[in-house]
Amino acid sequence: MRLNILLDPFRWLGRTAVDTAAQIGQWGGLGLQTLRGIQRVDIWGRLLLGQLAKIGVDSVPIALFIASFTGVVMALQASYTFTGAVPLYFVGTLVGKTMILELGPVLTGLALSGRVGANIAAELGTMRVTEQIDALETLAYDPVAYLVVPRVLAGLIMVPVVVILATAIGITAGWGTSLYLLDMSTPEFMKGLRLFFDDWDVKFAVIKSLSFGLTITSIGCFFGFTTRGGAEGVGLSTTRAVVVSSMVILVLDAFWAATLL
Amino acid sequence: MSILLKDVHKAFGSNRVLKGFSLEVQPGETLAIVGQSGTGKSVALKHVVGLLRPDSGEVWVDGKNVGDMDLEGLYEVRRNVGYVFQFAALFDSLTIGENVGLGLRRMPELTDEAISRRVRECLALVELEGYESRYPSQLSGGQKKRAGLARAIATRPEYLLYDEPTTGLDPVTTTVIDRLIIRTREELEVTSVVITHDMESAYRVADRVGMLHDGVIRFLGTPDEIQACPDPIVKGFIEGKPELLEGAG
Repeated sequence: MRLNILLDPFRWLGRTAVDTAAQIGQWGGLGLQTLRGIQRVDIWGRLLLGQLAKIGVDSVPIALFIASFTGVVMALQASYTFTGAVPLYFVGTLVGKTMILELGPVLTGLALSGRVGANIAAELGTMRVTEQIDALETLAYDPVAYLVVPRVLAGLIMVPVVVILATAIGITAGWGTSLYLLDMSTPEFMKGLRLFFDDWDVKFAVIKSLSFGLTITSIGCFFGFTTRGGAEGVGLSTTRAVVVSSMVILVLDAFWAATLL
Repeated sequence: MSILLKDVHKAFGSNRVLKGFSLEVQPGETLAIVGQSGTGKSVALKHVVGLLRPDSGEVWVDGKNVGDMDLEGLYEVRRNVGYVFQFAALFDSLTIGENVGLGLRRMPELTDEAISRRVRECLALVELEGYESRYPSQLSGGQKKRAGLARAIATRPEYLLYDEPTTGLDPVTTTVIDRLIIRTREELEVTSVVITHDMESAYRVADRVGMLHDGVIRFLGTPDEIQACPDPIVKGFIEGKPELLEGAG
């Protein structure tokens, strides 16, 4: 009895490790099916536009809202930190560099994992438990080509676009804050912004955004596709999609920083 | 050629659902499979279109072994099989017209106009004329089932599979659906398999009735034969007498 209690945490750990490994394998399997499904343009071609709007255009307001307030706070915190010690035009440097390299992609990625990832997992999960995915199969459709491919492609295309827009708005908000709350001039802010600017920073942000787009949509599709049970199963899949994609985004963020910078 | 399941075994984990299930559906007939909830009727039906693969045994449709077919082969078979789902499984985001026309979009020989015409014809057959632009959420349970039937027959399949088409419907709507099943068979000359636990419905629509019990077909015969069957398991089920089922162990 006592030995069992002692062993329980190890059993739990072992089971979790096996389940996680199995899920990673299944996710990889879905990835291969997605690659095969890309060839079926006749199935996903006419669905892509709708997903571009749903995943990209509809996400712009929340991404811009987050980015604009982040820009304001970045400028104010930079000026608070620099006062007296560092020239104030470095506010532009800090706002620009941080928004492009880190906060633009990561905050947008995390926001979209909640908005887009949850939406995909809930939609596909509901389709799974109400046999709509089975119905697609009986109508001779490849469900991966019909449901997964347009969502993943839309994520790959639109997440970088939304990140670039959000980053631009964040920097603009930081600039506006510098002008109206910090008594800086536009040339001062621009001087700081240009000081350490490198083209590579933008490429780095785009690479990160591409990986985030792939993560959010593929994990959302995976948990939606593998939903079991009824409403509870859909809820569980949705939660898992958001939690796992948020974690993977943060791991990828560190990975890209370690490998590309 | 028709539908043949031969010694099919299927388990989900430790739960053995089909334990040597065998059944042959004759061309042009309507065969009802009855049995208690959870005995694997829907599982057996899903094997016919390859939604589930047997652990062992064979599933033949139109002379082709579905059990070990690749996806492309399965899509070919599925184009010739219509499937009516228990809760209709209509796509929420599509209108009724788009739902019915979805399978037709996989037929490159059909123009948009031909698809629209076929959708109107199928909706007329199930008495849902003028419902093309409505969404599934705007339909009643019976209307959804009829729309599901319209979608299944749109591609003019030779086989129709019905998974509990009358479950949850009132007696009048049940009769309407039963008449539609009979009318569909007469007008389209299809071979049909109907899963149900509504015996009245089974007697109305089926040429033969098979009872699934404990993973195998326990009895197969005409509606008259099953009503005269002395087997307590069969009798207990069709007469709704659990004491007979329990007594037979």
